Amino acid sequence: MRIVDFLRARPRLALLLLAILLAVLPFLVGAGLGKSWVRVLDFALLYVMLALGLNIVVGYAGLLDLGYVAFYALGAYLYAWLASPHFGLHLPFWAVLPLGALLAGVFGVLLGAPTLRLRGDYLAIVTLGFGEIIRIFMNNLDAPINITNGPQGMNLIDPIAFGGFALSKTHKFFGIGVSNAHLYYYLFLAFVLALIFVAMRLQDSRIGRAWAAIREDEVAASAMGIDTRNVKLLAFAMGATFGGLAGGLFSAFQGFISPESFGLMESIMILCMIVLGGMGHIPGVILGAVLLTVLPEALRYVGDWQRALIGRVAVDPADLRMLLFGCALILMMLFRPEGLWPSRQRKRELHAADEVAEQESASVYDARG
Amino acid sequence: MDIFVQQLINGLVLGSIYALVALGYTMVYGILELINFAHGEVTMIGAMVALAVIGALMGVAPDLPGIVIVLGGVLVAVPVCMLLGFGIERLAYRPLRNAPRLAPLITAIGLSIVLQNVAMLIWGRQYIAFPPLLPQGSHEVLGAHISTLQLFIVALSVLVMLGLWFVVQKTRLGRAMRATAQSREVAALMGVNVNSVIATTFVIGSALAALAGVMVSAYYGLAHYYMGFLLGLKAFSAAVLGGIGNIAGAMLGGLLLGVIEALGAGYIGDLTGGFLGSNYQDVFAFFILILVLVFRPSGLLGERVASRA
Amino acid sequence: MFTMREAEAMTLLDVERVGKRFGGLAALDDVSLSVRPGEIYGLIGPNGAGKTTLFNCMTGLYRVSEGTVRLDGRVVHNRPPHEVVRQGFARTFQNIRLFPNMTALENVMVGRHVRTRAGVLGAVLRGARTRDEEAAIRARAHELLQFVGLERKARVLAGHLAYGEQRRLEIARALATEPKLLALDEPVAGMNPSERRQMAEFFLKLRDSGVTLLLIEHDVKLVMGVCDRVAVLDYGKKIAEGAPDAVQRDPAVIAAYLGVGAA
Ligand SMILES: Nc1ncnc2c1ncn2[C@@H]1O[C@H](COP(=O)(O)OP(=O)(O)OP(=O)(O)O)[C@@H](O)[C@H]1O
Ligand SMILES: [Mg+2]
Repeated sequence: MRIVDFLRARPRLALLLLAILLAVLPFLVGAGLGKSWVRVLDFALLYVMLALGLNIVVGYAGLLDLGYVAFYALGAYLYAWLASPHFGLHLPFWAVLPLGALLAGVFGVLLGAPTLRLRGDYLAIVTLGFGEIIRIFMNNLDAPINITNGPQGMNLIDPIAFGGFALSKTHKFFGIGVSNAHLYYYLFLAFVLALIFVAMRLQDSRIGRAWAAIREDEVAASAMGIDTRNVKLLAFAMGATFGGLAGGLFSAFQGFISPESFGLMESIMILCMIVLGGMGHIPGVILGAVLLTVLPEALRYVGDWQRALIGRVAVDPADLRMLLFGCALILMMLFRPEGLWPSRQRKRELHAADEVAEQESASVYDARG
Repeated sequence: MDIFVQQLINGLVLGSIYALVALGYTMVYGILELINFAHGEVTMIGAMVALAVIGALMGVAPDLPGIVIVLGGVLVAVPVCMLLGFGIERLAYRPLRNAPRLAPLITAIGLSIVLQNVAMLIWGRQYIAFPPLLPQGSHEVLGAHISTLQLFIVALSVLVMLGLWFVVQKTRLGRAMRATAQSREVAALMGVNVNSVIATTFVIGSALAALAGVMVSAYYGLAHYYMGFLLGLKAFSAAVLGGIGNIAGAMLGGLLLGVIEALGAGYIGDLTGGFLGSNYQDVFAFFILILVLVFRPSGLLGERVASRA
Repeated sequence: MFTMREAEAMTLLDVERVGKRFGGLAALDDVSLSVRPGEIYGLIGPNGAGKTTLFNCMTGLYRVSEGTVRLDGRVVHNRPPHEVVRQGFARTFQNIRLFPNMTALENVMVGRHVRTRAGVLGAVLRGARTRDEEAAIRARAHELLQFVGLERKARVLAGHLAYGEQRRLEIARALATEPKLLALDEPVAGMNPSERRQMAEFFLKLRDSGVTLLLIEHDVKLVMGVCDRVAVLDYGKKIAEGAPDAVQRDPAVIAAYLGVGAA
């Protein structure tokens, strides 16, 4: 705790330390836990992007989107169509990524425009349905014209490359071999930082206030002159854009995509990340995303423990994962709805007593003044 | 012509199952304005429990007539699901009745994930076959076939729905339910025990869901831990189509959705010039859901859905 | 006598034969009234008379069943609420609808939404224009808080303010939209007599600052004290309209308030 206070008083120093930590993190992790964990880090960053995007929809605007992964899928498939042997197109990433984000955003508007004037829980169902539709199409659009290659998915997707410098290979810098997982780590980190910046700026803006107002009381917001439908649409489109971008990056990173990666459970997992971390609070959302990417990996050890304890794997750890997510959603809503790392404002709501004290002292000032 | 009749029949059979599940959504929504996402999973649990009991009975008393064995399964599945429905309301929804709207929605999703995965841990990932215990006969109607099982499903659904209709319209409990749906506060003032009405609604809805679960697995000959998701989504679409909160609407919506789906699957190939095939059957429900929400959010029989000023 | 044109210029809000039915219940029946610029217009009537319903019909929260509502000659009924606000018609709610988990200052800043422009791009890039706009929003919100006497509470969550403070904050938030006409639904309900006197003075101050007021109020003394004209609703019908003292003596009004029923 004393360290935290020390750093809080010196934000620049804290930032510097954080930057150094983030810069060397993949090497620490690679050395300490093994190569495969660097890839886990990469995925964690991808999920941070997704969680940041969904957080705009759910955390800022208070709209429950259960088909978020559909936008991720759109971005991923668009990347695969435009940069793989499937159609023989090999456009560069700096052209494809924005297109994917744009496509996802357009779909967000198309889906949101008719449904956002309805009550929130309808939106949840419609987005759920949309996610399923997209998945059904991905699975079946391999005939009569092969667009998605069906359940097999598409592979040999181009990696991200700067000129001739492809991130898919291991490169040597000053004699140190830097693997593709490391390279993607830095790329993703850059994107994450950019998205954090965008999300923070949005939250603290006229639009962000309008989102908060709608979340708090939609009727009052509209009676204060907010075009609730447009503003909600904006949240939806922004969230979708983040999703589309992450999808493109995923495609390039993985080199292979299939409908399996874009199921409902993925949407639920991303929702779980922001609920667990703290809806509407960026550090919380990041924490949630990292936790829920890393913990399931750690669950693998549960299998080893079982083998050590009872001689066989009675419960497949992968099966436990979703069960734990489900329990987490329920328990969080029942006992800690503000999340593990809520914003100070939401925390304040829970400590009304202190607030009353603060108010009372304020009114003492009133009386004197 | 006979393809049309055949698909119509298939649609009505499927639709009557959708209707049973849709009733559960609509009753809960009517009273709590809550989408009980876990309802589809209750259906699945119903099917699974029934199958487990059926399997056990076949082992213990293989000489019993098939229909009795199935009945045994139903007689266990229904109370189990009623208990489950009661527990769901009690543990996951009641504590959040005054929380922001997002909260119960999220717990509902959590619940359905939990139920799915618990079912998977218990019964595994594989499909479970429904043993051929029920009469297999088939009848000719207007050049199409209707099996005894199909007849049976429709008849039982109609019977159950009539029963529910009677309960809601003619009994004290029904009056209390309707009063609670109008306004919880006023109902409480009139001496209705709102909590027990809500719990009862969940219990009844879950009983219907259990029945529907057994029917669906008997009809397709299969059960699976994931079967509740799509069934629930379709039944919810049916409830919206009919007008959510409206009991007659759920029945109508269920039947209609079943028919649309069956006809759609039968003709989508012709309609799209062979571009889309019957493997798109599952998208109809969603398109209908979206269309209804856009053009007539109140559904066919429902009253205006509007946020309260 | 005025010509038509002059008469029109004299009315800010023109409610013409408005009716609103909820199922079988006629909550409003053929209600007409007109509010002139610069006046304080009172709307009174027993509980359930339809006053709040009329507000909701005028501000786009309910669709009217028949009739028209015009503000400055432009139709505002059956328009989305935010467009009504843009036209210059703001309101408060009988059951206070603040954004409870936003600070007082943020609440008022939200009110500036309709008069400002910055979009997503502006928010992200935060160029000079956006920064200036944001500073202006903040400054104006502080001014308004000062105006309603809540400057010291700027950083307190709205939900934690005292009841009377919440009412005033709601007014400040409505004023932030720069209304020509401000409709207040029972703004002094739940206040004590001295607070009520302060509020009465505040209404006069508001009017003098150029805002026309439409006031629903049960406190007859307050209404008689500040209003230039008064209309009385009973069972959805307008049963009287005119100068406060004349209305007060109207037998139909007395009957309505004594519970004899509309004459
Ligand atoms: N959304 C609604 N649905 C059905 N009836 C409504 C609705 N809103 C208002 N009413 C009915 O319309 C009538 C008028 O109500 P309203 O709230 O306008 O009265 P009021 O004059 O504001 O009363 P009060 O002084 O108590 O605030 C009442 O009978 C009320 O029950
Ligand atoms: Mg009122």
